[in-house]
Amino acid sequence: MNPFPLRGLPLKGAARGRPPIITIKTMQITAEHLTYVYNPGSPFAVKALDDVSLTIEEGEFFGIIGHTGSGKSTFVKHLNGLIRLPSSQKHYKKPKAKKGQPAPVEPSLKVGEFDLADRKTDFRALRKKVGMVFQYPEAQLFAETVFDDVAFGLKNFEKDLKAEEIEAAVKAATEIVGLDYAAVKDVSPFDLSGGQRRRAAIAGVIVTKPEILVLDEPAAGLDPLGKKEIMELLHRLHRDWCRTIVIVSHDMDEIAENCTRAAVFSEGKLVCALPPKELFLKSEELLSLGLDIPLTAKLCAALAKRGVSVGCDFTVDGFVRAVLGAKGEKR
Amino acid sequence: MKDVSFGQYYPVSSFVHRVDPRLKILFLIAYIVAIFLANNFYALGACALVLVLTIAFSHVPVRKVFRAVRGILFLVVFTAAINVLFNASEEVYWAGPAVYWKWKIFSVTQAGIVFSAFLVIRLVLLVTFSSMLTYTTTPVALTDGLESLLTPLKWIRFPVHALALIMSLALRMIPILMDETERIRDAQKARGAAMDEGNLIKRVKAMIPVLIPLLLSAFRRADELGEAMESRCYMGGKKRTKYKKLRFTWRDLIAFLLIAALVTGVVLLRVYVGAFL
Amino acid sequence: MTAVSFKNVDFSYGEDGFHMKNFSLDVEEGELVAVLGHNGSGKSTLARLMNGLLLADGGSVEIFGEPLTEKNLYDVRRQVGVVFQNPDNQTVSSIVEDDVAFGAENVGLPREEIGRRIEFALSAVGMEKYRDATVSRLSGGQKQRVAIAGVLALKPRVLVLDESTAMLDPRGRREIMDVVLRLNREEGMTVVLITHFMEEALLCGRAVVMNRGEIVMQGAPAEIFERHEELLTYNLTLPRIGEICKKLQAGGLPVPDTLDIDLLADSIARLLNE
Repeated sequence: MNPFPLRGLPLKGAARGRPPIITIKTMQITAEHLTYVYNPGSPFAVKALDDVSLTIEEGEFFGIIGHTGSGKSTFVKHLNGLIRLPSSQKHYKKPKAKKGQPAPVEPSLKVGEFDLADRKTDFRALRKKVGMVFQYPEAQLFAETVFDDVAFGLKNFEKDLKAEEIEAAVKAATEIVGLDYAAVKDVSPFDLSGGQRRRAAIAGVIVTKPEILVLDEPAAGLDPLGKKEIMELLHRLHRDWCRTIVIVSHDMDEIAENCTRAAVFSEGKLVCALPPKELFLKSEELLSLGLDIPLTAKLCAALAKRGVSVGCDFTVDGFVRAVLGAKGEKR
Repeated sequence: MKDVSFGQYYPVSSFVHRVDPRLKILFLIAYIVAIFLANNFYALGACALVLVLTIAFSHVPVRKVFRAVRGILFLVVFTAAINVLFNASEEVYWAGPAVYWKWKIFSVTQAGIVFSAFLVIRLVLLVTFSSMLTYTTTPVALTDGLESLLTPLKWIRFPVHALALIMSLALRMIPILMDETERIRDAQKARGAAMDEGNLIKRVKAMIPVLIPLLLSAFRRADELGEAMESRCYMGGKKRTKYKKLRFTWRDLIAFLLIAALVTGVVLLRVYVGAFL
Repeated sequence: MTAVSFKNVDFSYGEDGFHMKNFSLDVEEGELVAVLGHNGSGKSTLARLMNGLLLADGGSVEIFGEPLTEKNLYDVRRQVGVVFQNPDNQTVSSIVEDDVAFGAENVGLPREEIGRRIEFALSAVGMEKYRDATVSRLSGGQKQRVAIAGVLALKPRVLVLDESTAMLDPRGRREIMDVVLRLNREEGMTVVLITHFMEEALLCGRAVVMNRGEIVMQGAPAEIFERHEELLTYNLTLPRIGEICKKLQAGGLPVPDTLDIDLLADSIARLLNE
């Protein structure tokens, strides 16, 4: 039995008998000049995103950093069309250029083959490919059993799956998040412990094998051990399940340890998007934005003040290696 | 960020905004009475003048005010049409034929036109003035005002304090629950739930994955809120004092004089001028 | 004087729920104590036993020498203020000032006194500028500071924070810790800080580790973190800085066990320059 029934389904174009175009499809996220205003034209108008251009490559473990209200959640909600670009909405009028000025740039957002600026885009198909785990995801559990809850998304996206296909997919999803399928499948999700509930909720999102998985503060509110386990789960998912992981986090140590790159948002603007080892060289700038820096960066700064410079990638192991290496050189 | 959609308070500072909420509630009642006492166009004109003054001194943009009327546009048109078409009275108000057009039970008469114009004006004045109350008074001030106005009911053992607390808690929790609803909706939409598609039954069914988590969360919140209130020595309304007291100011006096003049004027017009002129 | 004293307390939620047996703990006046433990270790039960939201089945909980009973519940609650986890679920009014007044109104203080209390409480948490603000527009840290002010308005002698920083972002957490440390150092407030952030425990004078309703470790935070193998068995982890010390030692650099960034940097610098 194929445990992943959703993989390898024919593309729509091919199904209609068009010659398949052989291209290597990558689920790259490309945002250009993304701007979003809440409550436009009212006294409460808030510019949540301001001309953000950012590319996230397939296969990245991408971090997004910023304060509450920095625009990071608004950005992330664009990725699966929960917030639509103006041009993808009904009654959209193209902004006209003022005399003597160049035409205003229109925001664009592409996720793989999906053009999110286009009204004709199949947003449901997009959501199948871009899974989203919200903050405190256990709040979305509703079904009578863990099985039904995990299967909910699958049944929504794929109307004509056979019972055994559903079962196989639910089983695989439950197991990869670290739950014992046989033990929990008929249990009410509300009878699980806090940590297990969160895993069940994550299983309910990844059951469709999304290619991109977006998580907003997946470890919020957990105790240190729960946090560690969730980070391990994310690495497992990145390795075996979803090509790209995008994680919104306040925990700079977490970002330094895990991410390939991280973007910093502040007041709706993108400040920079860099790999951790370059990003945390700009510790001063991050601190001036009121953001934290990882412990390793603090230690490097404290050492620099004492005339010792250790170049490291800001992971704990990297720091230890750099210090021990410096010691070795002295000898 | 999203709590703004709750209520229609327009956050600017103005004369009308600063009038005591208790008076504003009483004024609305007085205004409604005046509108119904008004039985000729002079009296309605006086009511309209008060409304225009209120709007002018409230700093609420006129197009905002008209938005409130737009909400009842259908009702207005419908009422006007019914009254024009079904009024068969042959009274004459101006030079010209009493009946302009007649077909079976439908007719257009002078009386019909006058009568429906009268009704439409009443309706528009009523709705606009009511919405001025909510435009210029925060929900919190409205609650305080209501509690204060209801205080005499304590004598007949009406639980005024409990009612006020319920209203205040509701005001606090509604934006939170609205936020939460949106979050859960988003989460289920991200899992492919179709919220705004299909027929009624399908839509109701699609609400279940939102409603159940929402209810559970509301219960949990209520529980925690109860604990927090008890921890802060809440033991019912008995020993309780109230920190906020509303006070009348010169603004309230001016506003009072205006409304009093209106009601008196309308009554005088009713007595000395008579109906429909 | 002992501010809070648990004397051989028994407590359980029903037959096979959580149990606490023969539990004893003293918190001295003016102390800042961290209570650590994984979820379900019984630390939140502790908070509720301290202000009578829960009553002990056996033994006694004494507040400044007086045993807590159903009769003196409200006197105790005036002395022991508890701040909970979710800031949204403990504010009763939409306006900051009204919310802070709530507790003081409940105990029937006169109007003028309530006004003074609001002023005092809001300035104690650094929120005096937000007196007329709408609660829902504040940040998480600000809301939680309002919640603390609401408790302070009753002028308690003991402040209990039940994972009050768990739902906040790092900035919010820092705001709360600043307030708590200031209250403890400047006003001499007794504080019981229930948390699972190891970094917060480091700022306290004493740390108590709980597991399954029992105290399994206690002492100065630095001493506790030295016994990190033991911590792991209680599902707790070492603060990251402790982890770095251990790894440097394992790599042959004899740094001391410390949880202080400057101390660690000093010793690394010294060892590298030898």
